[in-house]
Amino acid sequence: MSVRRGLGFGRVGCAGALGLLVGLIPAMPVQAATKTAVTIQGGPTSVSDRTPVTLSADIYVPDITPAPAVILAHGFGGSKESVVDQATDLVNAGFVVAAYTARGFGDSTGTISMNSPEFEIADATRVIDYLASLASVEIEGPNDPVVGVAGGSYGGALSLMLAGYDERVDAVAADITWNDLESSLFGQSMIGAKDPGVYKQLWTSVFFSSGLDSPPGQADLCGRFSPEWCAAYTEVATTGAPTQASRALMRRSSPISITDRITVPTLLGGGQADSLFPLQQVNANAQQIRAANPDTPVKVVWHAQGHDGGADESERLTALTRSWFQAYLADGPAVPADFEASLVASSALDDRESDTVEVLTSPRYPGLAGDTQRAIALAGPPQRILAPAGGVPAAVSSLPGIGSLGGLLSLLDTRVAPNQSAQFISEPLAAPLQIIGASRVSLEVASDVARTATLFVGLRIQTGAGALLLPNGLVAPVNVSVGPTPQRVDVELPAIVADVAAGDRLVITVNTTDQAFRMPGDPAVYTVALADPALVVPEVEMTGSASGLPLWAWPLIALGVLLLVVLTLRLLRPRVTGARTRPDLAESPLVIEGLVKQFGKGVRAVAGVDFTVPRGVVLGLLGPNGAGKTTTMRMAMGLIQPTEGSVFVFGERVTPGAPVLSRIGAFVEGPGFLPHLSGRENLDLYWRASGRSGEPYLEQVLEIAGLGPSIDRKVRTYSQGMKQRLGIAQAMLGMPDILLLDEPTNGLDPPQIREMRQVLHDYATDGRTVILSSHLLGEVEQTCTHVVVMHRGTVAATGTVAELLAGRRGQQLEDVFMDLVGSDHLVNAGPLPEGDR
Amino acid sequence: MEQYSAQRTLSVRVELIRQVRRRRTAVAFALVIALPIIVVLAVKFGPSSSGRGGLADGDLDVFGLLASGPWNFAVSGLLFSSAFLLVILAAMFLGDTVASEASWGTMRYLLVAPVPRRRFLFVKLTVGLLLTLAVLLVLVIAGFFVGLLAFGSAPLASPLGGTLSAGESTVRLAVITGYIAVTLLVPAGIAFLASVSTDVPLGAVGAAVVIVIFANILDAIEALGSLREFLPANYTRAWADALGSVIVWDQMAVGFAYNVAVFVVLVGIAVLKFERKDILS
Repeated sequence: MSVRRGLGFGRVGCAGALGLLVGLIPAMPVQAATKTAVTIQGGPTSVSDRTPVTLSADIYVPDITPAPAVILAHGFGGSKESVVDQATDLVNAGFVVAAYTARGFGDSTGTISMNSPEFEIADATRVIDYLASLASVEIEGPNDPVVGVAGGSYGGALSLMLAGYDERVDAVAADITWNDLESSLFGQSMIGAKDPGVYKQLWTSVFFSSGLDSPPGQADLCGRFSPEWCAAYTEVATTGAPTQASRALMRRSSPISITDRITVPTLLGGGQADSLFPLQQVNANAQQIRAANPDTPVKVVWHAQGHDGGADESERLTALTRSWFQAYLADGPAVPADFEASLVASSALDDRESDTVEVLTSPRYPGLAGDTQRAIALAGPPQRILAPAGGVPAAVSSLPGIGSLGGLLSLLDTRVAPNQSAQFISEPLAAPLQIIGASRVSLEVASDVARTATLFVGLRIQTGAGALLLPNGLVAPVNVSVGPTPQRVDVELPAIVADVAAGDRLVITVNTTDQAFRMPGDPAVYTVALADPALVVPEVEMTGSASGLPLWAWPLIALGVLLLVVLTLRLLRPRVTGARTRPDLAESPLVIEGLVKQFGKGVRAVAGVDFTVPRGVVLGLLGPNGAGKTTTMRMAMGLIQPTEGSVFVFGERVTPGAPVLSRIGAFVEGPGFLPHLSGRENLDLYWRASGRSGEPYLEQVLEIAGLGPSIDRKVRTYSQGMKQRLGIAQAMLGMPDILLLDEPTNGLDPPQIREMRQVLHDYATDGRTVILSSHLLGEVEQTCTHVVVMHRGTVAATGTVAELLAGRRGQQLEDVFMDLVGSDHLVNAGPLPEGDR
Repeated sequence: MEQYSAQRTLSVRVELIRQVRRRRTAVAFALVIALPIIVVLAVKFGPSSSGRGGLADGDLDVFGLLASGPWNFAVSGLLFSSAFLLVILAAMFLGDTVASEASWGTMRYLLVAPVPRRRFLFVKLTVGLLLTLAVLLVLVIAGFFVGLLAFGSAPLASPLGGTLSAGESTVRLAVITGYIAVTLLVPAGIAFLASVSTDVPLGAVGAAVVIVIFANILDAIEALGSLREFLPANYTRAWADALGSVIVWDQMAVGFAYNVAVFVVLVGIAVLKFERKDILS
């Protein structure tokens, strides 16, 4: 880039600056990193076929190497392409990233074994081997790279499992994943239950269907699944209950089998909007890791996303993962092993900000039961509810698989038939409540015949307006053996993060149906009652995210701006150059010296005017249209600022608002009145606004105006002549020392003109001065004692009328005027349009 | 010679007398009194909205609460009018104030009286703001009493859940009214600056309204991202934070600072401009 001399001047400077900017763009680190597609030999293809699978991978290398590495594992149904954004973020942060497509997906060979240790975990171990062989990856021992592993959902389970099986893993970030596949797919919220859970039919089918895809028209029973998993899924989907073999299979593919072996820093994310792997799963992972190895740093994040959609926090989660690896793989700033929970604040009005997320933090993870518990009393009689035959119609709590469209749920009528639902309601809360974790409630369930009851328990918030909200659409499924004797059922409700307002009620609903789950087909009637009226609600002492400035700073900022503007206004008061007072002129009503006015870059409306008005005269400012009379008069009133020169009234310099202006009665370019008020009110209010305290002589002035009873009509109704006379009357209010009248006789008829002439003549007795402008020679000749002739912005002649006529015996003033201004301006006798300047 | 004092020129009282008898002032007050009455008639006699007050999940609706009591009714009156009606009224009171004096020809006589130019502007500004505030208060009070007559005296029910005591409801209503008054400062400032820049009263009012609407349109374009934080519409709805179980001040504090700062700067520019202006009207 060349440096040019003289940059910053005019057009050349602009072009130079632009060139500078354009020159900079390629230098900015958009993406210096390189991405290479490779294939990695994974673990054995199957139990019988020991040839390794081929994994399709992308290796992202940052510009500075060797660097620590991160393995990115994708979600179920995805591929290495699904994690490009996160890989880009990490490589820009200086990590080598290995993103590979898991076996059974995309271009990788093999079949899906749901993160089985023999297959998927073995594959990931090979990926670590591969990373150890790369020169760009930092090594901490033989065949031992500095490596972290991260993923969400399917990839999250792989991350945790890999950390348990391969000691070379140095840090883990696992999001919205399972601890135990069985308890994820078979929901059981009864504490201490012996029965298997309720099959999460809809979610399981949605989840597995992405592994069952095959080309159209070539359907295949097992799709991409391994025979073992195909058989297990088929069996579960058919019967709704797992066999011992399936349970063992699921357990081997669950982090629960190895959480006691995880000793590396682990970032565990869980989604509040997740009915597939609810917060109970992330809680189990956290608790098991901490129980086995209390010194392991574990940070738990209950964010607002999840398999059901929720509020978008992907940016924050990507940043969290990045800083986690920076802290534990590189030498980035420490990240505390604490607890973060997102509180989704809904606004009453603004759709745009309805998903505002406030991040709450607590120094330690309290688990589902919170730091403290509060008991809320519930009330409600025992209720008999029907489990309908075939399980339909069913309540809708969540819509698995439609992701962010889950918000549509609020548009659906999610009420079930009332006889399928029991409700236990609290009193309106006296104080606001923040629920963070899983509440508990104890029920008693009885059935006329002994059987397994399937129930769905929900914690809802009934607002003052009567709306019934089910946070995140989560319900607690319960399978319990019941009979005629009431059976106590302690239910752990879904874990939520929610604010409950004072005045709201908490409602426990017990439903017999939920369309997301598999329900028994035979009908039944249950009696549901409260075993204990206490709803135990978890609370956690958390601090809100301090976003931006503290509250008190804002009014201070406003005050600061105010002070700044006041100061600026004070400093930028218009300055007057030259003398403010001239004692030598104190006796002269009006002295004009070297007055020039130029509007914009145009011609000079006034091009050097000097004259002095003595006391007690009636002075006529005479000139043709455009001579600069009005502009001169406006400058004499402080309405227009002179370009050069000055005006003195009784020795005081005229500036805008100069107090000496109070000694002038003005009439310029026609009258101006409030049209909605009467003439009298106008004069009264004008006097009160003028800041003068003497006698206004209102009656005398009104007599001069001569409006008679019309003075009490609205000015809107006046004729031009009436307004004109009222305007001159207004100028005379308080009988000021000087009257400055611009074309006062415009619009008056001859008798009124004659009258006005007398009034002005009388006014100038007692030492008062009248200055009037006119383009009518006759008027000036008959009214004035003195005259100033103006032409083209300059003074052509001054003197008494007598002086101007002296030596021109027999000539009228008109002839003199013609001599003075030349014949190029014929003076009109008729009325001129207002406003010559 | 009579005594002249700049402090006595054009008092707020005189300017109020000059302004209140104007027809547009009467129309503005009539509008804000008529609005709650029309809404009540519509609610009472219009076709009833279906299925309100049921136990539907996710039902969050400020309009649904309109008829729950006088506080709610007054708040919904503010909701109806704050985005547009009040902005137009503020623009009218502040945009017309200087320009109409110029167009009547009265301004030159006041300035020659002489009313000092800064005093002229500040009195004009004060009276314009007072009238705007008065219209806002009349809207709230009319809404409250019309609501009281029509729907009884139930306390404020929040669309976010919860009901408040009568005293707390009044505090909330006052906070909301006060905040809306603050959010009218930016439209008022724009209108005032326009008013000193032109001699055409309708032009000044129109310019202010157009600018505010244009900013609102920009605010609706999500692609503008954080640029929208500099637009007035970004803060006009923050008063909803006073409807929760506790008042959340964050957004309102930012909105307060934004509106006051922008207003003060606009008025400062208006003053600098007016002081140097050649009065040609």
